[in-house]
Amino acid sequence: MRRIINLRPGRGGIVLWGALPFLAAGVAYALASSARLAANPNDKLLPQLESFAAALGRLALNPDARTGDYLMWVDTLASLQRLGLGLGVATALALVLGLAIGLIPYVRAGLSPFVGVVSMIPPMAVLPVLFIVFGLDELSKVVLIVFGVAPFLVRDLALKVGDLPREQLIKAETLGASTWQIVVRVVLPQMLPRLIDAVRLSLGPAWLFLISAEAIAATEGLGYRIFLVRRYMAMDAILPYVAWITLLAFLSDAGLRWVNARFFPWLKAGKGQS
Amino acid sequence: MRTLFKSAFVVLGLALTLTMTAAQSPAVAAEKKSFKIAWSIYAGWMPWGYAADSGIMKKWADKYGISVEIVQINDYVESINQYTAGAFDGCVMTNMDALTIPAAGGVDSTALIAGDYSDGNDGVVLKDGKSLAEIKGQDVNLVELSVSHYLLARALDSAGLSERDIRVVNTADADIVSAFVSSDVTATVTWNPQLSEVRKAEGAALVFDSSRIPGEIIDLMIVNTETLKDNPSLGKALVGAWYETLALMRDGGAKGTEALTAMATAAGTDLEGYKAQLATTRMFYTPAEAVAFASSPELVKGMDLVRTFSFDHGLLGEGARTVDAVGIGFPGGTVLGDAGNVKLRFDADYMRMAQEGKL
Repeated sequence: MRRIINLRPGRGGIVLWGALPFLAAGVAYALASSARLAANPNDKLLPQLESFAAALGRLALNPDARTGDYLMWVDTLASLQRLGLGLGVATALALVLGLAIGLIPYVRAGLSPFVGVVSMIPPMAVLPVLFIVFGLDELSKVVLIVFGVAPFLVRDLALKVGDLPREQLIKAETLGASTWQIVVRVVLPQMLPRLIDAVRLSLGPAWLFLISAEAIAATEGLGYRIFLVRRYMAMDAILPYVAWITLLAFLSDAGLRWVNARFFPWLKAGKGQS
Repeated sequence: MRTLFKSAFVVLGLALTLTMTAAQSPAVAAEKKSFKIAWSIYAGWMPWGYAADSGIMKKWADKYGISVEIVQINDYVESINQYTAGAFDGCVMTNMDALTIPAAGGVDSTALIAGDYSDGNDGVVLKDGKSLAEIKGQDVNLVELSVSHYLLARALDSAGLSERDIRVVNTADADIVSAFVSSDVTATVTWNPQLSEVRKAEGAALVFDSSRIPGEIIDLMIVNTETLKDNPSLGKALVGAWYETLALMRDGGAKGTEALTAMATAAGTDLEGYKAQLATTRMFYTPAEAVAFASSPELVKGMDLVRTFSFDHGLLGEGARTVDAVGIGFPGGTVLGDAGNVKLRFDADYMRMAQEGKL
């Protein structure tokens, strides 16, 4: 008997069904846009798809009239720099603290409750404090990302270290490994790919914190531009920027996944791909 | 494969129908009975909140057989965007924002009421430095592309400087005060109530304020032109309620004090604080003053400066090739810019009705 759970799309079908939601969203946008544009040809809320191309060309390919900069590249560079620094510092913190908390009982006793409490502080709530302590420059934006992402990474890694089979550590000890050797030869190789997976999951929040920080005070950056042109409702610039941010985030996620597959092939053994 | 395509078409068709129904068309003009007006907190706009709470608005709406809902929006720019998108029939905003957001966005808008102009409510504050010339080379924290930015441009102009001599740092208005406390902020431009807080900082000096450019930063009640044309009773009810509330503010007696105190509380200050803010706001308490201002050549001159600034900063939109792209109409038929594309209209008719007691 034919049941719907047993019907499978063919190879072409997969492409078609995958493309369908994108297509539907595009058509939906075009229709809604033309309905509004019919009522008001200068409507800014849902501009024509062509005006996206025009805005992108203006921002990415033409120098700005006032500063002479290619705005989109300047913005992208500034944002990626902040994001990279913030995530980098957070990852390094997580590596050191997470391993120590997970592996060394004294460090766990000392730091675990503290990290647990800090991770519960909503970063956006203390943003005004961060600005006063770290100033309005680059530092406070990077600190916001670190503050928002690091506690999660630390706790996640500590938990995963704690999940290591006790037998592995005991076996290494009976083979004569020092604590340092256990860290380097037993724990790190298993933890690095998991840390990278955790960083992949933090990409979303990291972008959120980056853009929030840039919304509050900045002179360039992807979030800055969005909040600046929001003042005169330039959706033709905002929506392509959103698409660009999505693409950048998607690419960095794919890049990290590739790093994991390339350098830590053993992670795949025993678990499905994510 | 055929069934596959068939179902694909069904899905597409469904999506289409959904969007057709979801695509709300902006502000369809026709005679209607209920209206929504947006306002946000600012010294010169507090009367709207009071008119709504005290029942004055309802009284006037009832008189013309309509209903008017006055909605407070916490985010000023968001309220303008909502109005521009068609969610409100009217909204309070400054003359510059009226030009650059709804008018440049093709929404034909009428300045129904000229409420006041900033007469010191916006200012440039330096942390170390006693004169405007010392701003040279500094980072200036302000809400970029707002009236603060405009005020800065006018200030720099007056000191023979240009925007190239400083660096503008976009800073959210809600964070200006805490930003000014941090060590790396040395100069800011902002408006009240933040301005009065910023001035309290150690060593802070007010080096330029809007009293030097009177009549250029104007606070308006903007309504959709078509809605107003089809529903004159909306204009009459709003103007009637506005001047009744303003008359109450000038009433020195207990009722006046009560109204002012209510507005002060709503603005997050006390009676003294609110009176201080009103002192740097040139309110047009009577319709006669507002009509005179709206019909004056100074308004045309001020709007010319504002539209030039807006064009230079790209605020008139991509379609704007010249400063004349968006036309501005004034009482008496004067037009600045493209007369075939007038999208911002200053109107004195309804205020004149109030002046002549015809409401």
